[in-house]
Amino acid sequence: MKTFLITTALVALALPAMAEIKIGASLSSTGPAAFLGDPELKTLEMLVEDVNAKGGINGEQITLIAYDDNGDPNKARTFATRLVEDDEVVAIIGGTTTGTTMSILAVAEDAEIPFISLAGAIDIINPVKPFTFKTPHTDRMACQKIFEDMQKAGITKIGMISGTDGFGASMQAQCKEVAPDYAVEIIADETYDPKDADMTAQLTKIKGTEGVQAILNPGFGQGPSIVTRNVKQLAIDLPFYQSHGVASDGFIELAGADAAEGVRLPGTALLVAGLLAADDPQKPVVDAYKTMFEAKTGTPVGTFGGYAHDAFLIMSDAITRAGSAESAAIRDAIEATSGLAGTTGIYTFTAEDHLGLDLSAFRMLEIKDGKWTLVQ
Amino acid sequence: MSELLQFLLSGVTVGAVYALVALGFTIIYNASDVVNFAQGEFVMLGGMITAVAYTAGAPLPLAALAAVVVTAALGVAMNKLAIEPARGAPVVSLVIITIGVSIFIRGAAQLVFDKQIHSFPAFSGDDPIRILGATILPQSLWVIGGAVAVFIGLWLFFTRTLLGRAVLATSNNRLAAQLVGINTPFVMTLSFALSAGIGALAGVLVTPITLTSYDVGLAFALKGFAAAMLGGMGNPKGALVGGFLLGVLEGLTAGYISSQYKDAAAFIVILGVLFFLPQGLFGRKSTHRV
Repeated sequence: MKTFLITTALVALALPAMAEIKIGASLSSTGPAAFLGDPELKTLEMLVEDVNAKGGINGEQITLIAYDDNGDPNKARTFATRLVEDDEVVAIIGGTTTGTTMSILAVAEDAEIPFISLAGAIDIINPVKPFTFKTPHTDRMACQKIFEDMQKAGITKIGMISGTDGFGASMQAQCKEVAPDYAVEIIADETYDPKDADMTAQLTKIKGTEGVQAILNPGFGQGPSIVTRNVKQLAIDLPFYQSHGVASDGFIELAGADAAEGVRLPGTALLVAGLLAADDPQKPVVDAYKTMFEAKTGTPVGTFGGYAHDAFLIMSDAITRAGSAESAAIRDAIEATSGLAGTTGIYTFTAEDHLGLDLSAFRMLEIKDGKWTLVQ
Repeated sequence: MSELLQFLLSGVTVGAVYALVALGFTIIYNASDVVNFAQGEFVMLGGMITAVAYTAGAPLPLAALAAVVVTAALGVAMNKLAIEPARGAPVVSLVIITIGVSIFIRGAAQLVFDKQIHSFPAFSGDDPIRILGATILPQSLWVIGGAVAVFIGLWLFFTRTLLGRAVLATSNNRLAAQLVGINTPFVMTLSFALSAGIGALAGVLVTPITLTSYDVGLAFALKGFAAAMLGGMGNPKGALVGGFLLGVLEGLTAGYISSQYKDAAAFIVILGVLFFLPQGLFGRKSTHRV
């Protein structure tokens, strides 16, 4: 140990210019949430490489120490502790799911290390915890955005069909809470298991409920694709809303362009990069990320990789402004972030708001002829 | 009326999937009394290999055939590498080995393929068929037809062919089977190849409806296992009836009671049936000569 310390001290003395900023990450790049964690990890690795090639932040190179927590909150806690105690990182990005985020959050708050989560639940930042921030909008905001659109169309009575997975169940609960604010009444409330093969029974029930004017399907994975096909199969001719959980080109492909026709959902600017107005403040960052990610991985960008992109953007912006890689200074700088355009939205953090996005971060999208279009 | 019919058709669609998976369990169980929990992974492999080959440009029938053949070969490999070396072990140990194999296949699939959801086009288009105001997709008919065809095939195999009887004999008493000249290692290899092939065929047929990804196997195995238990493990008729019964139960519960309790209701019925008929609806009564 002694020799190690001496060596480190010598190295530090000998190479002052080679100082490095250690950023830790615990992501679910394998396991049930792999389709979220995988693009997140690829995004972080790509961005760190890019920043280092351009000379690092404030002249210091970034070292990314990433662990794969498999979507398991226990592992996430172990890795977060390791990041703090052994790797001595100055900040942590990660927590692909709400479960893993909650584990990392406890460790980060104890160690007073800034932590930016990539998970959706509102509980992560409500109540506000001093060191925890997050990049994705909450499911409550998705509900609000959808209900806002329904209100404009004069829809007051809807049927909901939700997945029973964490995402679906949480959004179902949030939607039920905010529905009265938009004078929307949920008169049919059905659920399905995320692995179910057929939802026509539930949809037939909704179809048969007197007065239903629209259907809303919170969920992610294959469930929403099957629900969308079943809606077409039953020839249900009602406005049909999906959630941001399926905001990717893969959804149109799996549901089939025919069945997905007319489906509306709240999505991020990233999904409609080509449709953004030239003066849109998000356009440069969205275009840059899309080009870089697609060239590097050969796979299309998705909302979830975008969350990781924004977390790294906020982090590097804060370190630049702080002019130091001390955890406390980074935290203060993150909280002072203002008007920073990311792929998900424009971030402005305050002491009371550690999410930093408002409803304008969501764009209401509609699928037409197998393509995303912006609803004006 | 059309509502009831739609609930039934929904149940039949799901039930056909369960039945097809349940049928895959029967052969290995008949040959060795082992419940093969890797059966769900065979279904996943059938779907994934077809999807990947189809995306790579292979025509659908060829992709499907390749999937069935490759999966059957993997089934043989599983028998040779994991089951045969543990031949003397009790059945429970072998069952645990199959769970291990399923975890291994899932992990390998994640690396070999990817973590995305895949699908390929339905065989006869996506236009629903209308029956008295209710609808069913043509692909569901393929799945139902597949389940019935596999059932008839298995039934003929076990009752009409020497080989099928050899499989049953091996399960009954391996030593006695060997003494009358049955090549028991070959019977085991054959049963794994057939089971894996049927699993893969199930995967090929159901994927246009259920979609597929590397981790769908477990859900298939659990529901297929439940269906097989309900009907009576080892009996093809039981697997077929158990599968459809389970699906229809789920459909009706979702329609008339609540979709929240759909799975619970199905499992309560299974528990009830097993309480009174521990061998399932069509299971063999096991008698021991003392």
